[in-house]
Amino acid sequence: MTLPAKAAEPNSENLQFFEGAEQGRLVLPRCTACGFVIWFPREICPECGSQDVDWFEASGSGSIYSCTVTRRIPGSWGKATPFVLAYVELDEGPRVMTNIVDCDPEQVAIGDRVEAVFEEATDRDGNPGPPLLRFRPAEAQ
Amino acid sequence: MNDDYNLKGKVAVVGVGETTYYKHGQSPDPEFVLVLKAIIAACEDAGISPKEIDGFCSYSNDRNDPPRLANALGIPELRYSNMQWTSGGGGAAAAVQNASGAIMAGSANVVVAYRGLAQGQFGRFGRSGGSRPVSGPAAYTLPYGMMSAAQMYAMRTTRFMHEHGVGREAMRAIAMTCYHHAQNNPRAVMNGKTLDAETYDSSRWITEPYRLFDCCLENDGAAAMIITRTDRAKDLAKPLALVLGAQQSGGHRSGATAENVTDYVTSSFKPAVKHLYEQADITATDIDVVQSYENFTGGVVMSLIEHGLCTYENADEILTFDNLRADGGKLPLNTSGGNLAECYMHGLGLQIEAVRQVRGESCNQVPDVKVALANAGPMVAVASTALYGTEETA
Ligand SMILES: [Zn+2]
Repeated sequence: MTLPAKAAEPNSENLQFFEGAEQGRLVLPRCTACGFVIWFPREICPECGSQDVDWFEASGSGSIYSCTVTRRIPGSWGKATPFVLAYVELDEGPRVMTNIVDCDPEQVAIGDRVEAVFEEATDRDGNPGPPLLRFRPAEAQ
Repeated sequence: MNDDYNLKGKVAVVGVGETTYYKHGQSPDPEFVLVLKAIIAACEDAGISPKEIDGFCSYSNDRNDPPRLANALGIPELRYSNMQWTSGGGGAAAAVQNASGAIMAGSANVVVAYRGLAQGQFGRFGRSGGSRPVSGPAAYTLPYGMMSAAQMYAMRTTRFMHEHGVGREAMRAIAMTCYHHAQNNPRAVMNGKTLDAETYDSSRWITEPYRLFDCCLENDGAAAMIITRTDRAKDLAKPLALVLGAQQSGGHRSGATAENVTDYVTSSFKPAVKHLYEQADITATDIDVVQSYENFTGGVVMSLIEHGLCTYENADEILTFDNLRADGGKLPLNTSGGNLAECYMHGLGLQIEAVRQVRGESCNQVPDVKVALANAGPMVAVASTALYGTEETA
């Protein structure tokens, strides 16, 4: 089952992240002053307040921090149930909200190792937009 | 605590009122009229004229603004108005806190804390719209099907159950307790509809670990509380229900959703509880009855732990149906039926029920109540929590 994939509209704070996504790379902001890896992308470090933020390519690996199998929901996502909504804790530190795909929802659990995948997404007019960052079980490659 | 800077006992809730509570979309009245009716009912309960109101407090971007309400009620002086911003009903106790502060400061004499909801008129609360642009923080949540509070807090509850190994049995007991209490409450939307363990266990999953009966209702209606100085309150009709303490509760980055909160596995009450008990000069053991906001049952388990009413270790033993019921339980909970079975008036009904318990007027009256707790909005960015007490507790 393919999940709905609505593309985000990039802005100046997250352009590098979405450009990375276009190339299938997980590119994250990191504070040059204190080393804090920032999620979601911001131009000011929420840890130390520095505006000196740089970008680097992350491993794309992480583990499931928490998850829920959604089984009833109105709207376009209703047809996609059951699906897994999760927080993945990246090996670089941040926790990101995402879906776990290419999996049996019954088998997904906290602690599972996962890896980033970038899925095609379209904007409100149906045109291609930046791909979506999702995750699949790490052994699925 | 320096008494000059502590509200304990200095203000009182003198009137409480609500409209008929309706299933969502079924109110015959527009939302604004519901709010007026609730305010008038609260004034009647207090034995004062609505024209005495000179301050308004609400929360969660209530659509019924004070200038419009003051016009409709013929209020001669509007001296104070206040909005507490948070998600869901996390501000129900905060509205009481803000009203109390205004009275303490001499900014107003009679303040109403209120909340109105007519979802048929304005659409269901807390649902993410599909047509919103996917930009800003929504870019990191909406594309993943994060459309409801249930999902957001299901993940938090899952993590809580994972870390502490408790909650499943307690969640069922909380749901059953609320339905049990609703059977004696003629205001309750679920009056006449009971819930047994089997029905709970066989109810459909919404988003794991929440089943249908773990989730709050969706309702139309309005509720209001009239708050004034204690010296004035003593001249009014009803037994005194003093405000012993009221706090808002936001922690480090607690507003984060897709980003990282520092302390994820929390009902959001950790920052406030120490201030609340210090303000009221009590401990958890002094609390006789608890109204604990159920957006979802899992949040109640965390809330009761963080208020010191049980521990991570004994939550499943303490939070049983037998312990939580008003008729004989050691920790009577949500004695009106709460957000699960009375009405989801974004938690103001729970504040009102705490007042009724202190007055001795509840449909499920706990004997000899002196101190009642009512919290609001577990797991939201900024929750709030309040204590009410009889005259002798001041
Ligand atoms: Zn920094």
